[in-house]
Amino acid sequence: MDASTSIAARPTRGRLLHRFANPGRFLRLAARVQPFLTWPALLCTAVGLYGGLFLSPADYQQGDMVRIMYIHVPAAWLASQGYAALALASLLSLVWRHPLADLAAVEIGPVGAAVTALCLATGSLWGKPTWGTWWVWDARLTSVLVLFFLYIGHMMLVRAFDEPERGYRAGAILALIGAVDLPIIKYSVAWWNTLHQPASITLTGAPTIAGSLLWPLAFSTLGLTLGFWAVVTARLRAAVMERRVRGLLSAQAAAA
Amino acid sequence: MTHLPYILAAYALFAVVVVGLAVGAGVRLRQATARLRAVDKRTGSR
Repeated sequence: MDASTSIAARPTRGRLLHRFANPGRFLRLAARVQPFLTWPALLCTAVGLYGGLFLSPADYQQGDMVRIMYIHVPAAWLASQGYAALALASLLSLVWRHPLADLAAVEIGPVGAAVTALCLATGSLWGKPTWGTWWVWDARLTSVLVLFFLYIGHMMLVRAFDEPERGYRAGAILALIGAVDLPIIKYSVAWWNTLHQPASITLTGAPTIAGSLLWPLAFSTLGLTLGFWAVVTARLRAAVMERRVRGLLSAQAAAA
Repeated sequence: MTHLPYILAAYALFAVVVVGLAVGAGVRLRQATARLRAVDKRTGSR
């Protein structure tokens, strides 16, 4: 490769990556995006849950217990999606030193942990009447429990150091190592013989779930996904503002 | 519906988590906005 080409290309990539790293620009953009996440989230979730609770039929085998699906499945999807985003933010932080990536990882962590806990709890409430047990150490349930511990570990690690930068770095390394759990969660039902059912919706095949049950699930999944990112965006905006306040106060103290 | 308590418990848990996250984020954002505005005004940085 021509040396002059590689040297010239690097700042361009850096500029593109850091374009929204400026806190002021990020705050302006995020404030504009926030309503487009929040209001569709409320609408889609309301439609999905109303459809799931009152309009969709009971399952021919599980009866009304299937209605837990409309919150359990989106929570499970968001638990993995949130961790993937956490790992991506960690990669941006470690490799490209993106100034907002650390804050994004810190703010995704608690929200991801909450939806993972919700996934585990609703799964347990669904499991008791259908499987006859609250919990079983099968591959899917155990790998999601490991994901919950990864979130908790990340939250603790980023706050464990006096110097925040060291905490962010340690948390980013943990997040990247922990990302290996995501394919294990996804393929656990295929790789091992599990009590948990295999996926009903895949990218490669037609869904094995009736359309009358599928549309409320699609709405609740879309609504809760938008809601997840609305909450993360609001938390990240607050974190950027808090960091700016600390910076201004430090500068003021140094000048005095 | 013999399984109604399980369904109700799942949805109640869902409501607690979602409302908790949303209200927590909203309150924090509001407080951070007010604090930044106050500090900006005091330091005259805008």
